Amino acid sequence: MKLTLRIWRQQDRKQSGAYEEHVLESVSPELSLLEALDQLNEQLISDGQRPVSFEHDCREGICGSCGFLVNGQAHGPRTATSVCQLYLRSFGDGEVLTLEPWRATAFPLIQDLMVDRSSLDRLIAAGGYCSTGTGQAPDGNALPIGRDQATRAFDTATCIGCGACVASCRNASASLFVAAKLAHLGQLPQGQPERGKRSRAMQERMQQEGFGSCSSNLECEAVCPQEISADWISWMNRESRR
Amino acid sequence: MSGCPDPRLPGGPTAGAWQRCKEGFPLISPVRKGQIDLLVVGTGLAGASAAATLAQQGYRVTVLTYHDSPRRAHSVAAQGGINAARPVAVDGDSIHRLFADTLRGGDFRAREAGCRRLAEISSGIIDQCVAQGVPFAREYGGSLATRSFGGALVSRTFYARGQTGQQLLYGAYQALMRQVELGRVTLLPRHDLLELITVDGVARGVVTRQTHTGELEVHTARAVLLCTGGYSNVYFLSTNALKSNASAIWRAHRKGALFANPCFTQIHPTCIPSGDAYQSKLTLMSESLRNDGRIWLPKQAGDNRTAHEIPEQERDYFLERMYPTYGNMTPRDVASRRARELCNAGHGVGPGGRSVYLDLTDAIKTEGRDAIAARYGNLMTMYERISGDDPYRTPMRIYPAPHYTMGGLWVDYQLMSSIPGLFVLGEANYSEHGANRLGASALMQGLADGYFIAPATVTAWLAGTPGSDLTSDHPACREALNSARARIGQLLDNGGHRPVDVFHRELGALMIDRCGISRHAEGLRDGLQRVAQLEAQFQNEVRVPGGPEGPNPELEKALRVNDFFGLAQLMLRDALAREESCGAHFREEHQSAEGEAQRDDVNFAHIAAWEFNDYGDPIRHQEPLQFTDLQPTTRSYR
Repeated sequence: MKLTLRIWRQQDRKQSGAYEEHVLESVSPELSLLEALDQLNEQLISDGQRPVSFEHDCREGICGSCGFLVNGQAHGPRTATSVCQLYLRSFGDGEVLTLEPWRATAFPLIQDLMVDRSSLDRLIAAGGYCSTGTGQAPDGNALPIGRDQATRAFDTATCIGCGACVASCRNASASLFVAAKLAHLGQLPQGQPERGKRSRAMQERMQQEGFGSCSSNLECEAVCPQEISADWISWMNRESRR
Repeated sequence: MSGCPDPRLPGGPTAGAWQRCKEGFPLISPVRKGQIDLLVVGTGLAGASAAATLAQQGYRVTVLTYHDSPRRAHSVAAQGGINAARPVAVDGDSIHRLFADTLRGGDFRAREAGCRRLAEISSGIIDQCVAQGVPFAREYGGSLATRSFGGALVSRTFYARGQTGQQLLYGAYQALMRQVELGRVTLLPRHDLLELITVDGVARGVVTRQTHTGELEVHTARAVLLCTGGYSNVYFLSTNALKSNASAIWRAHRKGALFANPCFTQIHPTCIPSGDAYQSKLTLMSESLRNDGRIWLPKQAGDNRTAHEIPEQERDYFLERMYPTYGNMTPRDVASRRARELCNAGHGVGPGGRSVYLDLTDAIKTEGRDAIAARYGNLMTMYERISGDDPYRTPMRIYPAPHYTMGGLWVDYQLMSSIPGLFVLGEANYSEHGANRLGASALMQGLADGYFIAPATVTAWLAGTPGSDLTSDHPACREALNSARARIGQLLDNGGHRPVDVFHRELGALMIDRCGISRHAEGLRDGLQRVAQLEAQFQNEVRVPGGPEGPNPELEKALRVNDFFGLAQLMLRDALAREESCGAHFREEHQSAEGEAQRDDVNFAHIAAWEFNDYGDPIRHQEPLQFTDLQPTTRSYR
């Protein structure tokens, strides 16, 4: 199939960027979009041009490295799919795809489609853990956790930290990311002792890092590759009053 | 044991040996720990858990990772589960059974004492992770749930849906980030290791390239812990994340660290098969699917009907037929070989006849779609995304793919390499899996090394080794820095015209053909020559665009592929020297009339530890293996 890629190219933060158009004449629909970018990069290198920079690693939707906007949508048009799992068969022959980096003050641009998401790590550092030491843990079975409770905690623990929720929010809020972590730990008995403190610390850090407040337009939920529900943001808001 | 350092194996019975060792280790006062710098490279299960634990003990820890965040480490992708011997279920599991399964699964090419220690520690790992908030699957009554995995007849695998690695990693990552916030860990993301620094033969630091800026940096410490994962990407197409590489351990090997059993690569039987030439990776489908999935092929070669058109009596459930006891749960190496043979004989399905069916129809019929979806939901979705087929309606197509590397840097019982002060943890070392790793044992080993073993042995080593701080203007640091700069310069300035991936793809195809599921002497010898030729072409013809400054992903790739050439040759040499079949290493010259692997315990009951040689072929040393608790028996899963 034929595909036109309109890609945001920007050397670094200091220089301005622009779109660059590249046509892939005969590309297999069995490839993922990232593999199509690999193919384009091989062409660019052979022609002596700078290849397109984009983040990626596991290419099976779990590491959370990849992510950019495809036609204005984080991770592209398929629901519950990170961009590495987006296959060309999802697009029509001859389609034009516009690829742009995440946009958020808290995610400064590095190059082309790459941004710096270390602010998410600093949110976890602010309190996204159980303060437990190593080596002296009690028997895991001494702490019974019902199956449904464990499943609900798991549903929120699956956040891969890709940043799509932030990039899709009109206020660039990290509320879904923070809510998911608070709900993961807050629903388990292990997380109870620090529950209130954790919630306050992580929300405070969210502001310090330059994330906005929740805009309630639920775009975060729509783009989340792990389908984490925005209901957890309401849960988080109750949590902060603990 | 010529040339191989003392493995420092514990004396006396292996049961309880680790506890006895720990009680005899010297300790360091908390105050002194606060003055000692340690370097941890890699933030997967082994690295993150070791760094968090050492920092909690009071050391000043610097953590380096090439990722933008420690949470991206490839451990995150492990799906199925983590083994632990907890004698709670009715099937009578015990520490002894897990120990025996590990040693037997590894085809008696691992150290008995190490396997025993792993089984003894395993239960504590689960407790540790539960305390961190890892949401393991639970029974309705609230106790921890388990499932079974290949190579075992008991249900001892703890899991968190098909994302166990992710949840365990997040537990370790969160513990690490807590230490960052407390100021005990300095976290340096986007740092790629280029050289190891040694002073008087002792590991004292590393040279890294900051991948944002291209800046080369020197980091020094009293001890270095490499927790940098496996090297399956030498095959280009593998289940590993694309950035996974061998550079850290390969640079250490060139500085004197012995490399053990490099040819032992696990080819995982249940992966989504490859298709297009530009395909960049192979995706694993958790082995746990074999609990409910039946593997089959059409009885008749060349049958090109769809799965639904082939009636029951014309299907060959070959694993159930050949291995009535274990059936679809035979270990990975056996299942992979049988699949390859039948595909080669023309029974394979899918494009090019390179896949077999993994069929969940029966399980869906008996238990219902919802039960299967609850157990494997994310795997089913992943399969559908990649293949475009609905696995609830059509049997999945799977094929073996390079997965886990059992080989790695040689370490003694205390996880120290042959370079004093250089500790190697997790998949980066060669230990405990022998010639074949049991399913769900990788996570167990990574966390055992990181949470429990290294924190004790690193302290013991530091307590017995007086040392002082090293400044970055030391000649050894300058030399390592210059060597890194020179390698970068060479790659950037050679004026070639072919991209890195072109070479990597060709290397991968060669390696899978010559040193994949099965090997023979002629192919290995030929492979050695071809890899050397390809390496020479790479040196002259590769084009790395851009300069040394700023982000340059092609330069990162080129440095890694450059190291893969050396490693590939060592793998071929190791496979050639091991004149027997064992575990994942199947030499066609050494098989029984029934096509099963034929081990040679008289001549090869040893670990092969290779020494780098600047002036010629590498030197093969042997660490003999002795078995006291269990006597080597022929593996049989029939």
